[in-house]
Amino acid sequence: MQGDSQALLSVRNLRIEFPTRRGTLVAVDDISFDISPGEILGVVGESGAGKSLTGAAIIGLLEPPGRIAQGEIILEGERIDNLPYEAIRRIRGRRIGAIFQDPLTSLNPLYSVSRQLTETIQTHLPMNDKQARDRALELLDEVGIPGAEERIDHYPHQFSGGMRQRVVIALALCAEPRLIIADEPTTALDVSIQAQIISLLKRLCKDHGTAVMLVTHDMGVIAEAADRVAVMYSGRIAEIGPVQEVVRAAKHPYTHGLMGSIPHIGHHVDQLTQIEGSMPRLQEIPPGCPFNPRCEDVTDRCRVERPNLQPAEHSEVACHLFDGQTAEVQVNE
Amino acid sequence: MIAFLVRRLLQAIAVMAVVALCAFFMFQFVGDPVNQMVAEDATAEDREYLREQLGLNDPIPVQFANFALNAARGNYGVSYQHKRPVSALILERMPATLELAVTAAIMAALLGVPMGVYTGLRRHGFMSKLVMTLSLIGISLPTFLIGILLIYLFAVILGWLPSFGRGDVIKMGAWESNFLSVSGLKSIILPANTLALFQMTFIMRLIRSEMLEVLRTDFIKFARARGLPNRAINYGHALKNTLVPVITIIGLQLGSLIAFAIITETVFQWPGMGQLFLQAVQVVDIPIMSAYLILIAFFFVVINLIVDMLYYVVDPRLRVDQPAGGGHG
Amino acid sequence: MAEQATAGPGPNERPAPPQTTLQRIWDSDVFYSFRSSKVTMVAAAVTAVIFFMAIFAPWVAPHQPFDVATVDLMDAELPPSWEAEGDPRFLIGTDNLGRDLWSTILYGTRISLTVGFLSVIFGLLVGVGLGLVSGYVGGYVDAFIMRVAEIQLSIPGILIALLLAGILRGVLSAEAYNDAVVWVLVLTIGTSIWPQFARTVRGSTLVERNKEYVLAARVIGLSRFSIMLRHVLPNVMGPVLVIATINLAIAILSEATLSFLGVGVPPTEPSLGTLINEGQNYLFSGLWWITIFPGAVLAILVLAVNLLGDWLRDALNPKLR
Repeated sequence: MQGDSQALLSVRNLRIEFPTRRGTLVAVDDISFDISPGEILGVVGESGAGKSLTGAAIIGLLEPPGRIAQGEIILEGERIDNLPYEAIRRIRGRRIGAIFQDPLTSLNPLYSVSRQLTETIQTHLPMNDKQARDRALELLDEVGIPGAEERIDHYPHQFSGGMRQRVVIALALCAEPRLIIADEPTTALDVSIQAQIISLLKRLCKDHGTAVMLVTHDMGVIAEAADRVAVMYSGRIAEIGPVQEVVRAAKHPYTHGLMGSIPHIGHHVDQLTQIEGSMPRLQEIPPGCPFNPRCEDVTDRCRVERPNLQPAEHSEVACHLFDGQTAEVQVNE
Repeated sequence: MIAFLVRRLLQAIAVMAVVALCAFFMFQFVGDPVNQMVAEDATAEDREYLREQLGLNDPIPVQFANFALNAARGNYGVSYQHKRPVSALILERMPATLELAVTAAIMAALLGVPMGVYTGLRRHGFMSKLVMTLSLIGISLPTFLIGILLIYLFAVILGWLPSFGRGDVIKMGAWESNFLSVSGLKSIILPANTLALFQMTFIMRLIRSEMLEVLRTDFIKFARARGLPNRAINYGHALKNTLVPVITIIGLQLGSLIAFAIITETVFQWPGMGQLFLQAVQVVDIPIMSAYLILIAFFFVVINLIVDMLYYVVDPRLRVDQPAGGGHG
Repeated sequence: MAEQATAGPGPNERPAPPQTTLQRIWDSDVFYSFRSSKVTMVAAAVTAVIFFMAIFAPWVAPHQPFDVATVDLMDAELPPSWEAEGDPRFLIGTDNLGRDLWSTILYGTRISLTVGFLSVIFGLLVGVGLGLVSGYVGGYVDAFIMRVAEIQLSIPGILIALLLAGILRGVLSAEAYNDAVVWVLVLTIGTSIWPQFARTVRGSTLVERNKEYVLAARVIGLSRFSIMLRHVLPNVMGPVLVIATINLAIAILSEATLSFLGVGVPPTEPSLGTLINEGQNYLFSGLWWITIFPGAVLAILVLAVNLLGDWLRDALNPKLR
């Protein structure tokens, strides 16, 4: 684990649990990662891998009965996971922005765009109505809404899906947060618009020096936008590292399978690889490595001992196959 | 806006026509109006003469046209039981019912809406649970029983309030009002409370569930993620979005207040339209029944029209004639 | 340190021991929510006791209130047995005709419950039937049925019931009306509650209709209607059960209200509503028990059924909690 003191956000040993009457479900199990200022960290995984929950936990919006059972979330050196509601409320929008999946439902249908923008601006910044409106116009301009002057007083239903997601991004940027949690920001959009939104997000973050935690299940989006990528599986991080290395030379067998399922232009393959089986449900996560029932390189050790993240080249990977780099390789008969 | 209004008006007229048809058939096929209007020993000629006079020998469509025309002019014939024009009977009693219903509606809305919002927002709080439990008892007690219990407590045991009638009413033109004398005011307390209680619990429970529904939506989550204060989220974003269903509910409840007024008026011997209607049902006084049916339908149609127009004000999505920008992603 | 965190609490101890059907019901979510709610259990118990006593009224009741030979007008207006002038033969006193109030209430509850159940069954059959037809046939038929349902839903049920009762009074003679009063009430109350069933069933039908298996089944020559019956009905059983339970409470209240208003069950064989109506006249003379006891039974019965309905709705639809 990197103990980078330069990190904008540090998540340490985070564990998220859902108590149910049939026992406690562990949705996110002991994960740690850092995000540096200005960095785009992609988080990929199948639905249910715990990626969205991690994002919700960071902004303090885990829905009960879900709760942080263990671990710390540190923003710019300050621990934020145990703050009282009002304190974390002031951080949301001001220091950590958020973008949700569905732009069609993220905006209040009964309020005009200008009202939603100015109220967010005035919540966080000391501005009068005129200043807030000017800033709102600037933001709309910046996120590429043509005719902002005219469109600012329109209602959400008067915008198309892509345009609404631009409004949502403008809302997230209102108070110049240092970090944006973008939870599947393009999933609900048309494919042609996805690329526009991703490049917009990338450009804005570069301009403002904003870091992004980009949660998605789409490896294409990650490859396009992210600097580093964390691959999650069954509530744990399987592999985390620079995006080039993870995409080109995946180490964890799961990541490997994931990459094999993406077609590449210029590479001729007869058949895309496919991982047998499916991710276990939360109440059925096997002991040891959660991937072991589907892994082609499984050993007996994988079935009993949980692998920790350990360095491998520039990445870190949670797989016993890579124990060799820190300890002796154990060969099981 | 104009097109919207015209469409709504046409629908309203269609509904009224259907109701008028029902009332007309009631007239035609339930009992023989002639039997009700002549003396026991009337001759066959007398009957036939009356029949001709009433137009009962005309073809059915002509009769219906006459009926509808008369109804539109406020002429509903003569009550079998009271031997007086139905319109006069109803007009006499309308103020009593309207004062009772409106008083109850205001009480129910003023108490029910805030309580619904409160229990929706603090649904795990002690007060909320207490209020919800009490409200369940409230909707389980039939209106007439509540009225009887109130009479027993406040009129029989304590002797504070009158148990029946309107007390001294003051005339303002044709309108007799309860609100201008002490005894009139005292008289309306028990009936209005009886009528309001069920409506209040009903409004409260519906608003609570609407509130819970809205609080689960994505845009509320997003509003939280933007760091808006709770006050702005709950009373701005959430409450405004419950307004549309709340308007519907209160509109519909106004209608049912008039219906439940029948019960309350019976318990408190309140001389209103409901009591008139109930007596008509008991003795099958068809002219009053059909007039009441048409009148109630008219109330409902008007309330629905008002509700539709309020929607239009609250929800920008309905304002279709506003310039809608193209907007391509 | 990560290793300790790994082993989740117990999910790995498969395979589960074989369960009997009974155990599975006991362990199901619906039943769990029943077991964990004391209020619901009390409501269920109260409902069961009232049902039992009503069904077996002829055996449970200490007197035969409708047998003229056993009723003595000399016993009229006796207060409950614990009061000074009470008579130990009549536990909670007698009514104005000298009938044992407790027995009269038991028989009255029987009538109230009969009307309530039959009304709900009538409304359910009509509503489910029309809902299926509406969703299945679509087009004008659907538009017409739903329009009628919508208009009717906006009008209070009691008003419709009163109007229908008035019309039937005009059509039938007074005697015929009193003879058939239970059926008249079932018809009027049932008619006032069908739209909710129809709307729910129609919604599910529309969803099922467009599923591919329906198309597939049609291709192999099965009638779509029978497929819909087989697939829609099981799907809507939950909501229909909830609506039925809540409407049972409403139907019982409606019957009591109609009887109270004097267009329901006649005083010769009174229901709870009739009893309250009769008793109301004696309230001012201090004969409180004739009104209060039937009123209490009615309120408790409706409250218990409402609580069961609420529980059922929450249990079958956990996200609404």
